[in-house]
Amino acid sequence: MAKLHISTTINGEPIEFLCDPPQTMLEVLRDQLGLTGSKEGCGSGDCGACSITVDGRLVCSCLMLAAEAEGHRLETIEGMARGDQLHPLQKKFVELAALQCGICTPGFLVASKALLDRNPNPTETEVRYWLAGNLCRCTGYDKIIRAVMEVAADMRETAR
Amino acid sequence: MSSQPYKWIGTRPNRPDGADKVTGRARFGADFNMPGQLIGKVLRSPHAHAVIRSIDTSAAEALPGVKAVVTAKDFPEQPNVIVPTGEMQVNLRDVTRNIMAREKALYEGHAVAAVAATTEAIAREALSLIRVEYEVLPHVIDVEEAMRDDAPVLHDHLRTEGVKPEPQKASNIAKRMENIKGDVAAGFKQAEIVIERSFTTQPVHQGYIEPHATLASAAEDGQVQIWSTTQGHFQVRGFCSRLLNIETSQIRVTPSEIGGGFGGKTVVYLEPVAVRLSQKTGKPVKMVMSREEVFRASGPAPGGSVKVKIGARRDGRIVAAECTIALQAGAFPGSPIGPACWTSFACYDIDNIQVIGYDVVSNRPKVAAYRAPGAPISAWGVESALDILAQELGMDPIDLRLKNAAKKGTKTSYGPTFDTIGFVETLEAAKNSAHYKSPVKPGYTRGVAAGFWFNVGADSSAAAHVAEDGTVTVISGNPDIGGSRASLALMAAEELGVDYEKVRPVIADTSSIGFNFVTGGSRVTFATGLAVVNAVKDMIRELKGRAAKTWGVDPEAVVWENGMARPAGSNVGEFDPLSLAQLAASAGKTGGPINGHAQLNVQGAGPGFGVHVVDLAVDRDTGIVTIDRYTAAQDVGTAIHPSYVEGQLQGGVVQGIGWALNEEYIYNSKGKLDNPGFLDYRMPVASDLPMIETILVEVANPSHPYGVRGVGEVPIVPPLATVGNAIARATGVRMTDLPMSPPKLSAALDAATPRMAAE
Repeated sequence: MAKLHISTTINGEPIEFLCDPPQTMLEVLRDQLGLTGSKEGCGSGDCGACSITVDGRLVCSCLMLAAEAEGHRLETIEGMARGDQLHPLQKKFVELAALQCGICTPGFLVASKALLDRNPNPTETEVRYWLAGNLCRCTGYDKIIRAVMEVAADMRETAR
Repeated sequence: MSSQPYKWIGTRPNRPDGADKVTGRARFGADFNMPGQLIGKVLRSPHAHAVIRSIDTSAAEALPGVKAVVTAKDFPEQPNVIVPTGEMQVNLRDVTRNIMAREKALYEGHAVAAVAATTEAIAREALSLIRVEYEVLPHVIDVEEAMRDDAPVLHDHLRTEGVKPEPQKASNIAKRMENIKGDVAAGFKQAEIVIERSFTTQPVHQGYIEPHATLASAAEDGQVQIWSTTQGHFQVRGFCSRLLNIETSQIRVTPSEIGGGFGGKTVVYLEPVAVRLSQKTGKPVKMVMSREEVFRASGPAPGGSVKVKIGARRDGRIVAAECTIALQAGAFPGSPIGPACWTSFACYDIDNIQVIGYDVVSNRPKVAAYRAPGAPISAWGVESALDILAQELGMDPIDLRLKNAAKKGTKTSYGPTFDTIGFVETLEAAKNSAHYKSPVKPGYTRGVAAGFWFNVGADSSAAAHVAEDGTVTVISGNPDIGGSRASLALMAAEELGVDYEKVRPVIADTSSIGFNFVTGGSRVTFATGLAVVNAVKDMIRELKGRAAKTWGVDPEAVVWENGMARPAGSNVGEFDPLSLAQLAASAGKTGGPINGHAQLNVQGAGPGFGVHVVDLAVDRDTGIVTIDRYTAAQDVGTAIHPSYVEGQLQGGVVQGIGWALNEEYIYNSKGKLDNPGFLDYRMPVASDLPMIETILVEVANPSHPYGVRGVGEVPIVPPLATVGNAIARATGVRMTDLPMSPPKLSAALDAATPRMAAE
């Protein structure tokens, strides 16, 4: 089976890779590109631990073929902090103990950022439904939801 | 709530591993790789119960890229010896059969062979080339059916333990146990009201988001390195040593960050197989389970049945209580039947108690510990029965529990007498909570239940090192599953009188610190915390000695205060205090490096109690339950880092809600699991839930210098009955079988109101 040559952009950097047609984006991110921040919890799009954005749209990278990355802009958890500055969501998750084991955390952060990018003023219900595709087994979601709500409020304050 | 004179304990600083875990930098089980590694995959039985006639691996071995195939023949036979693992006991003879089936496949998903190949695709292809000849046998799944005389027998050698005379016939009942206090027959004669009901539960999975994963590298000289996601790397070392006949010190296990465990990562599945494959190939072997494998082949919690009988006087005083519990152990003996029995009535001061338990094997994966193993199942029965009693007596459910609450001095049915415990305080905190005092919203009803867990101490080692600049490293050996690094660093900073930021906690591999029992039993902050405190005390002793040497005085004339050595009094002499940094700078002249060590078998774990309150609504047409408000009150001892204590309560509650409302293993008629994925095994998601309110009742544990009690397990015990009791009060229908999922609940409601259902 001939490998496919893919040109894409990941976290702002131009990236080229070779992949087999059935390979998922998650496999290439983790096994070829060394971007292991995206996690595989289920491989079936049910847990959200592998969440990335493609041209700003939230997707489960385990459900995306690597070949589909051609010509698109991907963002992963590794691209969320800027230099030595954590993103406000990353900071707040740590401050509010919105993670326990931390395996679901990259997926929640990517999904939460995708939410705030399109809806800077979500209600608690909107946050809960937006994040319903991300499973967390440790926290009961309470502190995650609080962290996202607080960051949304802080960012609105800053933007004012 | 906390009014203790602590500087650091009770504060909420950022966790030391926070930045790593929000940036994707933290390395979990599947994130480890080595140059030249092979990928290992497991062939699993498609049958629930079958004799393995033969295994032909020749075609697989001939496939280019395949480097080794192993079957049970590659693992030495093991003696019939029980060893402790976490809160469960396992038999080595059974463990080696669980990691690789020998005579029989005992459940669908049971490992029968494994391959190592250059790529995952080749490994998968190789699995399809292995020919296994099975003789399929009748199977049994349900616990009550497995106990019947005519049930298919899993193990011909198994005789029921704890029965006299010793049975001659093989049985699926591995053990019968009982614990008795007083005289229940006499007690029930005093009863003015007797409640008697039977309850059942289905197996549920721990549901950690990170699948099992390991990387093993066996060198030609016999040394073995393992990287693994585990709650106990010392247990991984111990199991691999025993199962593969390797000297323990030849094996070095480094724990990865762990993506949840809840008890399910206290045992081994992949590690011995990866080591064996690595030994055979001379290359590192990486193995990662798929989610489907996690469901089919790693330990769920048992399902079971609970029969409860409670006798009380009209004033609510319980005079006798009886309970019979049967738990599925899975394919091998060893369900948490002991803790299920011991916890059943532990919340209450009852003179006459009889508890009988059965440990029963069936054709399901061998169960593993799950957060307070066994306790949620017995509490589901007992706390539901108590709610019925409260309803029949017209009593407030918290008042009924207060009237019977265990206190300091209460003797349990399983032996010990309670020291200082906080059940009464926790009941009162729940009763006085804003939630319980608030009126119930129209359309909603309120439920209440309680729960108990012992908590555990056991073996811990720790070390503390002063670096050249006076900063401190604290080394321990328990994987951090929910913020324990922060708790350990807080206690070290408090003891030493230095800033939390100056203390760096590190989790060492098995060769870099002494033995530590698993991260489990709610023991890390308590027991390993005590080891850390003692290691710091040992280091302070050393620091005082160095100051004494510097000043030319006796070590007894030096005190340690606020991170500095000072003269004990003016009679010692006039000396400026010496800081950690100063003592570190001069260490070379006063005796060399400054370290502290501690190792102990920790006793005196303080039991914990929880009282939960829920407001919920039931949609009578669909059977969907909507939770509007949930409060968990718990006796937590001292909350070292309150955010992570709250997190334990919130997480445990939500797992319990999942257990109550949706989660279950569903088997088809062939004994195959029908829902081995997160879509069909439905765990709670964010949109199912409200915020989970917590009340931390701080009744200090007298056996710990900072009053620590374990907190992680209690919160999963009450929710099953809390939710069930509210549903019963909402609908008038008492659900007795879990989960109370929409189809089951709506069917029960329809059955209770046939006329309406027919309309």
